[in-house]
Amino acid sequence: MTDLATYNFAYLDEQTKRMIRRAILKAIAIPGYQVPFASREMPMPYGWGTGGVQVTASIIGPEDVLKVIDQGADDTTNAVSIRAFFQKVANVAVTTHTKDATIIQTRHRIPEQKLTEGQVLVYQVPIPEPLRFLEPRETETRKMHALEEYGLMHVKLYEDIAHNGRISKTYAYPVKVAGRYVMDPSPTPKFDNPKMHMSEALQLFGAGREKRIYAVPPYTEVVSLDFEDYPFEIQKFEQPCALCGAQGVYLDEVVLDDKGGRMFVCSDTDHCEDRREHGHAGELLAQNKEAAE
Amino acid sequence: MTDTPLLKVSGVSKFYGSRIGCKDVSFELWPGEVLAIVGESGSGKTTLLNCLSTRLMPTTGSVEYRMRDGNFRDLYHMSEAERRFLMRTDWGFVHQNPADGLRMTVSAGANVGERLMAVGDRHYGNIRATANDWLTRVEIGTDRIDDQPRAFSGGMRQRLQIARNLVTSPRLVFMDEPTGGLDVSVQARLLDLVRGLVNDLGLSAIVVTHDLAVARLLSHRMMVMKDGHVIEHGLTDRVLDDPREPYTQLLVSSILQV
Repeated sequence: MTDLATYNFAYLDEQTKRMIRRAILKAIAIPGYQVPFASREMPMPYGWGTGGVQVTASIIGPEDVLKVIDQGADDTTNAVSIRAFFQKVANVAVTTHTKDATIIQTRHRIPEQKLTEGQVLVYQVPIPEPLRFLEPRETETRKMHALEEYGLMHVKLYEDIAHNGRISKTYAYPVKVAGRYVMDPSPTPKFDNPKMHMSEALQLFGAGREKRIYAVPPYTEVVSLDFEDYPFEIQKFEQPCALCGAQGVYLDEVVLDDKGGRMFVCSDTDHCEDRREHGHAGELLAQNKEAAE
Repeated sequence: MTDTPLLKVSGVSKFYGSRIGCKDVSFELWPGEVLAIVGESGSGKTTLLNCLSTRLMPTTGSVEYRMRDGNFRDLYHMSEAERRFLMRTDWGFVHQNPADGLRMTVSAGANVGERLMAVGDRHYGNIRATANDWLTRVEIGTDRIDDQPRAFSGGMRQRLQIARNLVTSPRLVFMDEPTGGLDVSVQARLLDLVRGLVNDLGLSAIVVTHDLAVARLLSHRMMVMKDGHVIEHGLTDRVLDDPREPYTQLLVSSILQV
């Protein structure tokens, strides 16, 4: 892990970092606005977080502590490989603990533990344009953003209610940032939308293939779009986490056998482990303990 | 009717290179008035309509519109934001091909509701009630509110397009061959409907058509165009019953009698 000679610090060359930092500064200055940038090829395929990696590479310093999550988990392929990448090219400290990290690169979750001032959350974004599937022309969507014509977004929500009786969009749920730009919060579950509102941490979004960077500065208003008579709601779970017994957190369904057995566990693995270390036990964990005894 | 016009057009010309689209057209449109622009294909009717409705920038001339506050504004000196806002609130545009004016992949209700949501309506129940009301007014069954327009017949699509345009109670509607491509019985019903709506709502309209019967039924005044020039201009009945220009006489005498 000491042989850095073949790469510049954090892989990207300094000119590229400057270019990306400028884009980031502009994005922070105009919350929710998609800033085009000259996205570079990264040593990983598009769709694996090339945008997030470039943002992280541009802001990371030797003193930073990095955490990478993929769907809330620290131990899945995407998270492990990006973490190893930065260990190799920047030799930075890494952690799985949310509270110890200064930069958290995330694919589609916001950690359960509240983020604090000074932390930076970097999102990997596949499609930054919230209007994309409603209006295919990029020239037109840019104009719509510029003129604040967001009626179309509500047409989508109207269609949801007309066909399903409720707003059925569960992820990448559109939000309005600082009362101006409508933004796609990347495919995070809508459960995480309220965490973006007035967040103490800086939130940066990088889309590598689409070559866009956008940001939500700390303490910024982030409002999920809805109708007066169909207000925004987050997902609710009927049972607590099977391992740590946590309630009010986002759960993943895990199939246990082919007889319909399943369990619901925290999607945020760090949060779950931390709770178990502190003696919390869910239903399944308690059963296993009894069986062992 | 008030004593000030709604739209003042003076000296509008559009050139495509050295070719003439339309040349030196001037007229005034009054509130509640329906004006038909007739002529054969290639006579510049659609070019003129596009110039008036800000879809195409004229080479010279000015188009002034009386805003709701009573002041005249030159359409081509407005900001794009104002122009687009005007187009989706105070104006309507009915295309010849309904697919150009509708969102074919969202339901009829959302098509009607889109303008309401664009101007800030955020109550689902109210939007749906208004959509239902408008579907009834254009004779589309309310059980079709959640169907996509692609499941509709040509006539229904055209009526849906009209409903979608009228929902914000515009004061001026542009229609480009509104009955083109429909069979005659459907045309007749559509014309009946449009005439009723125009009367009830006190709309002003500019209708482009090559079908003199449409002009006769809908319009109060008409302009005859040929090679980009307005060659005759007058009350519809006068122009059709007593055409002065040789070309208009030819046009009127070309109507098929059954």
